Amino acid sequence: MALAGTPVLAAAGPVIPNFGAHSSKCVVENRFFCGDWVSRNWDSVLWPALRQHLVLTLIAVGIGFVISMALALTAHRFGWLERPTILVTTILYTIPSLALFELLVAPVGANIYAAEIALVSYTLLILFRNILTGLREVPSEVLDAAEGMGMSRRQALLRVELPLALPAIVAGLRIAVVTIIALATIVYTIYDKGLGVPIHTALGEGPFKTELIAAGGLTILLALAADGLLVLVQRALTPWTRARGS
Amino acid sequence: MDISNTAHSEGSSAFAKSGEQESKAAAELELRNVSKRYPGQREPAIAELSFTVPAGEVCVLVGPSGSGKTTAMRLINRMISISGGDILLGGHSVLHRDARELRREIGYVIQQIGLFPHQTVGENIATVPQLLGWPKPRIAARVDELLGLIGLDAEEMRDRYPAQLSGGQRQRVGVARALAADPPLMLMDEPFGAIDPINRTRLQDEFLALQQKVRKTVVFVTHDIDEAIKMGDRIAILREGGHLAQYDTPREILIHPADEFVAQFVGADRGIKRLSLTTLGELKLAEPNGLQPGSLRAPPQTSVRDALSMILTANGEPLAVVDGEERVQGLLTLSLIEQLLADEASANGANGNGSPSRLLVDGDGEAAG
Repeated sequence: MALAGTPVLAAAGPVIPNFGAHSSKCVVENRFFCGDWVSRNWDSVLWPALRQHLVLTLIAVGIGFVISMALALTAHRFGWLERPTILVTTILYTIPSLALFELLVAPVGANIYAAEIALVSYTLLILFRNILTGLREVPSEVLDAAEGMGMSRRQALLRVELPLALPAIVAGLRIAVVTIIALATIVYTIYDKGLGVPIHTALGEGPFKTELIAAGGLTILLALAADGLLVLVQRALTPWTRARGS
Repeated sequence: MDISNTAHSEGSSAFAKSGEQESKAAAELELRNVSKRYPGQREPAIAELSFTVPAGEVCVLVGPSGSGKTTAMRLINRMISISGGDILLGGHSVLHRDARELRREIGYVIQQIGLFPHQTVGENIATVPQLLGWPKPRIAARVDELLGLIGLDAEEMRDRYPAQLSGGQRQRVGVARALAADPPLMLMDEPFGAIDPINRTRLQDEFLALQQKVRKTVVFVTHDIDEAIKMGDRIAILREGGHLAQYDTPREILIHPADEFVAQFVGADRGIKRLSLTTLGELKLAEPNGLQPGSLRAPPQTSVRDALSMILTANGEPLAVVDGEERVQGLLTLSLIEQLLADEASANGANGNGSPSRLLVDGDGEAAG
């Protein structure tokens, strides 16, 4: 944890950063949570950080999904690819995140590329496993029927296998998105973007808790909202999973 | 009705013109010295299999497990590649066709049905027409027509998912899906194998009634000889290693089993099974005068086998055959059954389509045109 603290903190200046000229009574008395601080710093601090956080997450999960889908489709066709892929993605997944971020700075630089490479590498294991499991769980008689009725491999994949794997795929996306939203809070160590920035600033602010609560809370809300959105998307895309009995 | 006289009507069987169905002609299926060898196995899975299924008939492939009956079926739509010989559908070899194109022309029903769980009943049935690129209105009309054909209410069932159907309904939808593009040939692999006995009997009867209407050439795989006798116009009995033990009508197989294996496979009760092939309506019954009909009565569509069982249960009392208005058509006695059996056994089996007994009203086995 030697990293956290030094460089950014030194630049932070005032005891209460983002303090501005108009400190309210709440801030001056350092109450637990100051709503007026949040509204005054929303446009300049919190909203940009939230937006950057969302972008970091979307890029990471988007690229991770494309790579994982390609790997899973290949491993679905050529079974022997599964084990090496699992091995590599598991190793990537187990590298401590702070270490990975720092490791990437030397070859890539302290920029968005390093941040995204690290974040993407954490999505691969989750997404690859879920997509492949979803594809493998398609009942064999369904595939037999698809083939027997004259579907090509591609048609069977697009019309039968992928739709039936959707619940598993979305389940993987939900875990990946929530994981990356949490993980992106430490991107600040190499790249000055995301909700990690105000969280880190707040940690250096000593007793003033409003910024920490606001930024941390936004991270949690973002994760919950993204997760909820994916649940809604899945419900819309897989009406058959709720059609039982009757 | 389509009057344009295209190549489709050529070589059609007598069945094609029957009924108001706009069915394409069923096609004759011929297997010529078909064999299948898996690499690394000394014995072939199928050895020199040859038989011909006339257009519009149901051929049942039956045999113990390991006899290669499912393999033989899957060679026909090239789900399994053939090692030797040839398969002709409507006189043309299937081996040089594009496999996917061929399969779209052959209805395919399997035991586990394999309905697509993520698609509605209507979408499932529309599968092959969609692959063939039919226009949407034509597909929609065909789906409703087929739902009607299998006795399901189109309005009610079209938008349901397979999970919302009973086992029997799912099986029927599976058959409708296979019939969707009006294929000249249907392959059915133990289609009723996973259904409970009561519903199985009902589905068998329904399928036979459906087959009367659509008159497809059908290859039907089962391990159940009773089902084979009931469903088949012809039965191909396979033994271990894919050897054809006998290929004949159910009646011939029951009366003249080719060898010990066939005799054993059809069972020691083949004499009784044989009676299930004849219905009371087909018999010249004893005149009711003189004999007083007792309480024992049955409609003409009852099989002689069931009638015998009823007579035996009633300690040999004659059975009155009654029509819909309870009028007595005639009497069935034990001696009449005895006579029927003796008659069939003495008749020479060489004359092809069963051996009509003197006791039968009409030559059976003839499909009414």
